[in-house]
Amino acid sequence: MTEEITQRIRAIIAEQAMLEPAEVTDEATPADLGIDSLGLVESIFAIEEAFDITIPFNANEPEKSDFDISNMGTIIQAVERLVADKAA
Amino acid sequence: MTDKATAGSVAARKDADRVAPAIAPGSNRGARHGLRRVVITGAGTINALGHDVASTLEAFREGRSGITQLDFRDVERLSIQIGAQVHDWSPETYFNRQQILLYDKFTQFTLLAAKQAVAQSGLNFEGALGLRSGVVLGTAGGGLNTWDENYRAVYEEGKNRVHPFVVPKLMNNAAASHVSMEFGLRGPAFTVATACASSNHAMGLAFQMVRSGGADVMLSGGSEAMLCFGGVKAWEGLRVMSKDACRPFSANRNGMVQGEGAGVFVFEEYERARARGADILAEVVGFAMSSDAQDIVMPSAQGAERAITGAMVDAGLNGDEIGYINAHGTGTAANDKTECAAVAHAFGHHADRLMISSTKSMHGHLIGGTGAVELLACIMALRDGIIAPTIGYQEPDPECALDVVPNEAREVRVDAVLSNAFAFGGLNAVIALRRA
Repeated sequence: MTEEITQRIRAIIAEQAMLEPAEVTDEATPADLGIDSLGLVESIFAIEEAFDITIPFNANEPEKSDFDISNMGTIIQAVERLVADKAA
Repeated sequence: MTDKATAGSVAARKDADRVAPAIAPGSNRGARHGLRRVVITGAGTINALGHDVASTLEAFREGRSGITQLDFRDVERLSIQIGAQVHDWSPETYFNRQQILLYDKFTQFTLLAAKQAVAQSGLNFEGALGLRSGVVLGTAGGGLNTWDENYRAVYEEGKNRVHPFVVPKLMNNAAASHVSMEFGLRGPAFTVATACASSNHAMGLAFQMVRSGGADVMLSGGSEAMLCFGGVKAWEGLRVMSKDACRPFSANRNGMVQGEGAGVFVFEEYERARARGADILAEVVGFAMSSDAQDIVMPSAQGAERAITGAMVDAGLNGDEIGYINAHGTGTAANDKTECAAVAHAFGHHADRLMISSTKSMHGHLIGGTGAVELLACIMALRDGIIAPTIGYQEPDPECALDVVPNEAREVRVDAVLSNAFAFGGLNAVIALRRA
């Protein structure tokens, strides 16, 4: 399940960044991948649609959000948590 | 994604955009030779702070917020549930049954504001004056409530028939057309849609038409009625809305709050207004518009600065003559720091002496109607010497290190002011006013 979530998120981000999924490493920040603030909002929307979850994210204060967007690894962890909460 | 060649040309263009930090003294004085002067002789409004100008200005003086819990159908399905909504709105007080069937809320708001403005001006457009008068208004969403209600009827409720007036009700020019019919304005009449700068673009064009002799009187301003389920849901998508308050320039700001309402003004040729002994509220002295040509949502400080300096050049005003700026001040991270950077660069040392406030903290962001309601704060500054505050201000932000008139109105005499509007799409429009 977790591996599947990871792969789906990588695919979504890769599509947004116009890269290959393999290039979306855990350490990569959105900026590293060339994703600007609007691209990030779009990616979050795509992830919400893919997993039918609601991600708490305000573009004005991303650092205050419970959803940690520091890099791909933190984004994947946060989505896994939201998916698990939804299943619970 | 941008390829390298394009990225290079964008960088070059950004560099070319840079403008001189301050206006050369008296650079454009005399350039307006042959142009007519334009004054404001009437004002009207309805917004979350009040149903007329007096109650709106009272709220500005008291630093009162009009932002409350939203109240309309399906609001519980929104993640953003606050807004500066017009309360106690009963259209039947002002309009008959047939008019209500024909007027979307944005038209109703416009007509109410226009009637107040015309009444204050004392003008009668019968006869020759009507031929030399017109109306140009701003709106972004037009009859959005009408779209929303009728989509609901055909999609959600599965109805196959809609009211015959859906199209004349929702069209963006409906308000301008009804104003022209109400007062018999038979000159130029149209609507401008430039998102959050719509009203400023409209008023700027009205100013230019009167100044150049294309019309003697223009009704101008704008209106928005986007506070319905679809209108707010669309904005939620961008994730730039605050769930609790609009706190422009405050370090802890977390987004914009939508508002609704209208503002309408009578722009009149000065000699005509003087000859008939009209009460002149303020003089419109300059206008400039610019396009960032860069990004559909992220603002550019250079684009904003070009509109600010352009308005001063057009007015023949020096930077140090500007006492107050009504900011665009949306309360988003992106706008506020970009706007402050633009003002700081445009005014140089004088940026530390002028006052700049965002009244959106009180009346919310009226999108296409916002510049019109904000012009009231400019008129109050010039006429009454009272500067409307930026309320909700809690923590200084080093990236917005200007005098933002935090939380309390201030009594200061000012002679010239600017009103900023910077829209999505990178469209900027700045108006300059002078004390009458």
